[in-house]
Amino acid sequence: MARVVVDVMPKPEILDPQGQAVAGALPRLGFTGVTEVRQGKHFELEVDDSVDDETLAKIAEGFLANPVIEEWTVRRLA
Amino acid sequence: MKIGVITFPGTLDDVDAARAARYADAEAVSLWHADEDLHGVDAVIVPGGFSYGDYLRCGAIARFAPVMTSVIEAAGKGMPVLGICNGFQILCEAGLLPGALVRNKNLHFVCRDQWLRVENTTTAWTSRYDAGAEILIPLKSGEGGYVADQSTLDELEGDGRVVFRYVGENPNGSRNDIAGVTSKNGRVVGLMPHPEHAIDALTGPSDDGLGIFYSAVDALTAA
Repeated sequence: MARVVVDVMPKPEILDPQGQAVAGALPRLGFTGVTEVRQGKHFELEVDDSVDDETLAKIAEGFLANPVIEEWTVRRLA
Repeated sequence: MKIGVITFPGTLDDVDAARAARYADAEAVSLWHADEDLHGVDAVIVPGGFSYGDYLRCGAIARFAPVMTSVIEAAGKGMPVLGICNGFQILCEAGLLPGALVRNKNLHFVCRDQWLRVENTTTAWTSRYDAGAEILIPLKSGEGGYVADQSTLDELEGDGRVVFRYVGENPNGSRNDIAGVTSKNGRVVGLMPHPEHAIDALTGPSDDGLGIFYSAVDALTAA
């Protein structure tokens, strides 16, 4: 068994209104100095040893992320 | 003339879509998400709503429903397919249409009667309209911002595959004011606004949406 983390983020060129709203709220809450916020998704998968990196990439590319608008990274936690 | 209307868990507008098909003198056939069988329909409408609660991304789960496997196969053979709102999102997720729909630019759910311009009257779903016709139909969505990379947008514009464009203020940040697009062969169309809610002045802002359903019947009759 292993824990795998998949992070999915909107592509840089895709407008991220949710991230912008968070960035806009920070100064109102008294937090200054944050110049940009991007909001994405974080998945944690428990997988057994039969799941190889190629399969994980297929899961990320074909389902967890939409490659039209998002980029993804997969990493295995020790 | 049979037009199938798919119901997923969380679909809302299947009843109105079926009613619109009947208004256009077609037989409306209910299709169930878990059923691969298209029951001999001649065209398919993927209606609006919140399939699978919009979990993961709008349309991302529905795209893998058994019925969609059959719809994708049928679309590959030229069957007319219309995606409305969540249905448009599902067709984009399924790869039947290019691009994707993202959260509205101002983050607000938009619910209003919206003017659209019909930009392409050669598709299976728009032949009844005059080129450049402006139609008033309801728009109700929170994730209706149409996006695609620049080369895809250039291709869509160059090939006349933008079918509907918002008139007046852009309601959701869609690139190039795009409200709807079509496949290369003009048989698959998706749009965010809801023509099935505008088929009778008694229950909608106009009957401007009816032409979409009549167009499909024409396309099937001609075939």
